Amino acid sequence: MDLMSLTATELGRHIQAKEVSAEEAVAAALDAIEKKEETVAGFVTVDREGARARAKEVQRRILAGELTGPLAGVPVAVKDNLCTKGLKTTCASNILYNFVPGYTAEAVKRLEEAGAVVIGKTNMDEFAMGSTTETSAFGPTKNPWNTDHVPGGSSGGSCAAVAAEECSAALGSDTGGSIRQPSAFCGVTGIKPTYGTVSRYGLIAYGSSLDQVGPVAKNVTDCASILEVIAGFDAKDSTSVARKDYRFTEALTDDVRGLRIGIPRDYFGEGLDPEVKAAVLAAAETLRELGAAVEEFDLSLVEYAIPAYYVIACAEAGSNLARFDGVKYGYRAAEYEGMHQMYKRSRSEGFGPEVKRRIMLGSFVLSSGYYDAYYLKALRTKALIRQTFDRAFASYDIILGPAAPTTAPRLGASLADPIKMYLGDIYTIAVNLAGLPGMSLPCGRDRAGLPIGLQLIADCFQEKKLIRAAYAYEQTREYERCPLAGI
Amino acid sequence: MERQYETVIGLEVHVELATKTKIFCGCSTAFGGAPNSHTCPVCTGMPGALPVLNKKVVEHAMAVGLATGCTITQYCKFDRKNYFYPDNPQNYQISQLYLPICRDGGVEIETSAGKKTVRIHEIHMEEDAGKLVHDEWEDASIVDYNRSGVPLIEIVSEPDMRSAEEVIACLEKLRLIIQYLGASDCKLNEGSMRADVNLSVREAGTEEFGTRTEMKNLNSFKAIARAIEGERTRQIELLEEGRQVMRETRRWDDNKEVSYAMRSKEDAQDYRYFPEPDLVPVAISDEWIAEVKAREPEMREEKRLRYQEEFGLPEYDANILTGDKSFADLFEAATALCKKPKKVSNWIMVETIRLLKDNGMAPDQLHMSPVNLAKLVTLADSGTVTNTVAKEVFELVFKEDIDPEQYVKEHGLATVNDDRALRAAAEQVIRENPKSVQDYRNGKEKAIGFLVGQTMKAMRGKANPGMVNQILRELL
Repeated sequence: MDLMSLTATELGRHIQAKEVSAEEAVAAALDAIEKKEETVAGFVTVDREGARARAKEVQRRILAGELTGPLAGVPVAVKDNLCTKGLKTTCASNILYNFVPGYTAEAVKRLEEAGAVVIGKTNMDEFAMGSTTETSAFGPTKNPWNTDHVPGGSSGGSCAAVAAEECSAALGSDTGGSIRQPSAFCGVTGIKPTYGTVSRYGLIAYGSSLDQVGPVAKNVTDCASILEVIAGFDAKDSTSVARKDYRFTEALTDDVRGLRIGIPRDYFGEGLDPEVKAAVLAAAETLRELGAAVEEFDLSLVEYAIPAYYVIACAEAGSNLARFDGVKYGYRAAEYEGMHQMYKRSRSEGFGPEVKRRIMLGSFVLSSGYYDAYYLKALRTKALIRQTFDRAFASYDIILGPAAPTTAPRLGASLADPIKMYLGDIYTIAVNLAGLPGMSLPCGRDRAGLPIGLQLIADCFQEKKLIRAAYAYEQTREYERCPLAGI
Repeated sequence: MERQYETVIGLEVHVELATKTKIFCGCSTAFGGAPNSHTCPVCTGMPGALPVLNKKVVEHAMAVGLATGCTITQYCKFDRKNYFYPDNPQNYQISQLYLPICRDGGVEIETSAGKKTVRIHEIHMEEDAGKLVHDEWEDASIVDYNRSGVPLIEIVSEPDMRSAEEVIACLEKLRLIIQYLGASDCKLNEGSMRADVNLSVREAGTEEFGTRTEMKNLNSFKAIARAIEGERTRQIELLEEGRQVMRETRRWDDNKEVSYAMRSKEDAQDYRYFPEPDLVPVAISDEWIAEVKAREPEMREEKRLRYQEEFGLPEYDANILTGDKSFADLFEAATALCKKPKKVSNWIMVETIRLLKDNGMAPDQLHMSPVNLAKLVTLADSGTVTNTVAKEVFELVFKEDIDPEQYVKEHGLATVNDDRALRAAAEQVIRENPKSVQDYRNGKEKAIGFLVGQTMKAMRGKANPGMVNQILRELL
């Protein structure tokens, strides 16, 4: 049996049935990494020893009947901006090249408590700033469908590792599309939950008011199962919300009859690749055939989402990243005279160009005299976008559109033009500004063979509707493995 | 004609709140402790750590606001103040700019110039920073984050004070209110209360304010008074010379009695304040306000009246005892034990205050326990020890908080009432002082006083003076 070709929950079932041990599952993942990592470069750190030890302990607990969930013994990867106690956590930045956290992020902790075995930390855009995983200080991750292309970003490492079957599932984080867009580019499924659903404790912040941790996996069932485990109120995160219902897997029903789906015309205008457009509209048609009510409508305000996002996210990021100063941990310049030079050199040498660009942008929009014109205006725009979605959700259960305007670009094609890269986030960003749950799942491939992602958006706390629609759609197609997966 | 100047002063008072744990994490606020022993990922600015607001901080801030007539902001928020300094682990301080918890209050003060109200502009909550220690040996700076995240409130007054006397009165009033509320111990010398003085001068009669400076590093009321005088003089001299006062922050050196410019407005930092995204707004309900209000302890005025009614103390005593929370607490606790309010009051008002003064101590530095004070009062009042002995023992209670009962026993200081011992001592004195004996016998009544004194001295102060008097008269 090729253990890595299974989905996470399939593998989990074999482990529960004692047909496979957690140690065997983890060994299979480590073997896959051994074979493919040179090509994919999805990981910053692979914790072979630690993973084997944890697998042994998990297996003991499975045999003792203490771990009975669908994720027990399943090898998972975690984005490198989630703190893992004793395991290097770098945010793919030189400034944290040697940082070993003293505690584990709440989402990772919950996943581990369910018996999942963390095998390593995945590559990402530096501090989650980027859409290609090329801003990583440790080199880009390759798209396992075609290694000349990017995997998307910023959770590119997590998505590529899942697609290449180096792990059974992964955690990513999404501030402006960082789970959904790389999921689309890598042909896997990812959920960005409602803001406040998964604790941010231990997630190294980029844009605090937008960041959410979410699952990346091969299918909807895996994503729902992982979300069920990592979601939950956490007193350590003040923005955490105590929800009534966390039973996401209940929505895996294969029934979309009566579901109202809206297709925003604004999402299908200029700039959208015709092949992506065709695949997404075909998916909508499939859902209609399955019994959903599908119609077009005007969402509007979409064009204001990108500037509002970059103002808010960068303002928060500039402040959030101030703590990386060479004083307490991480990189400190080798030579300096006095405190100011120590700060200046450590930060100048430690951060990459995209991070610096966003810190400068953030500092600028908050500076005295500009606050009202930029930051306050962006906050108002954010509120308007939220209202726009509220109106849309009065009529629709789900908003359907593409996850990205194109399929994965070639390596090196995006960095030269940051504005173009920013515009690539057009379909995902508004979801974060409004705090909504969003999801991306595969809906076809373009002529070059690169995956196309379908994005579903629901109102706050309506993940179950997303999962219901996604699951029903998923039942109409086969999971497509990338060529690299079967090596 | 010489120009007359008016001094205009406003205060920014930082008060460390008396919570057990820090403002945004569960770490202890206890003073001391090995460096960085009271820390966690939150108060050391570890990546991924998040703040969670300590509700007690909000309640203390509300209590101070309510006791000073402020309006409580029922939807208040925290903001980030961004600046780089190693004692500030996140390189931003969580504070309040846009929606502080309290606004528009005031305190009434009374000085030689009469009664007036000093208005409070706002009170906001914020976190304290850590401490930088310079290691001369290693030529390195080391950081201790034990104080990082200790809760503070900053009380910002309007520029309503016109003299050092008014400033001190205002600070004393604030301190008394906050101490009575139990919101802080307000120790200036330990930094749990810190005042920055904003001062400008203007020609008497003008409406417009002059350019102000901000004075920092003021560690005692005396330093504040001296700094105000010094800064007022400095600014007037500048104006008299036709020069300008610069808008700047200055640091007071109380040893040299001069101030130094720290930074001017030009190089003032842009703090890039923005709403703290890691915290949700604080919603304060009417019920919560009522609850905090209902929990307000007995304040000075009420105590003053009660001491007179319940304990029958003179107004004078009640005034002094309630003038400092440490006195009031000590008085009430000791009285509860020995049931002798006036005696306790006397020991506090006379001997305690004298010893505080002699030792240059503030009332909040008192460390004698009410139990030992009560025991001493009982020993003295019952005649177990003489007044002389009582005062001696009291000094030890004051300084070392000894158990007076045990001390008197161990050192044999109890008053001697033994007729035989006293008679022997009196006979000895009579033999050794024939001149005084003769004087007394010749009708000089005063001479008996000398003989009593000598007998007391022979008994090392422990003799019952009434009995000595009686015995001497008998023998003569």
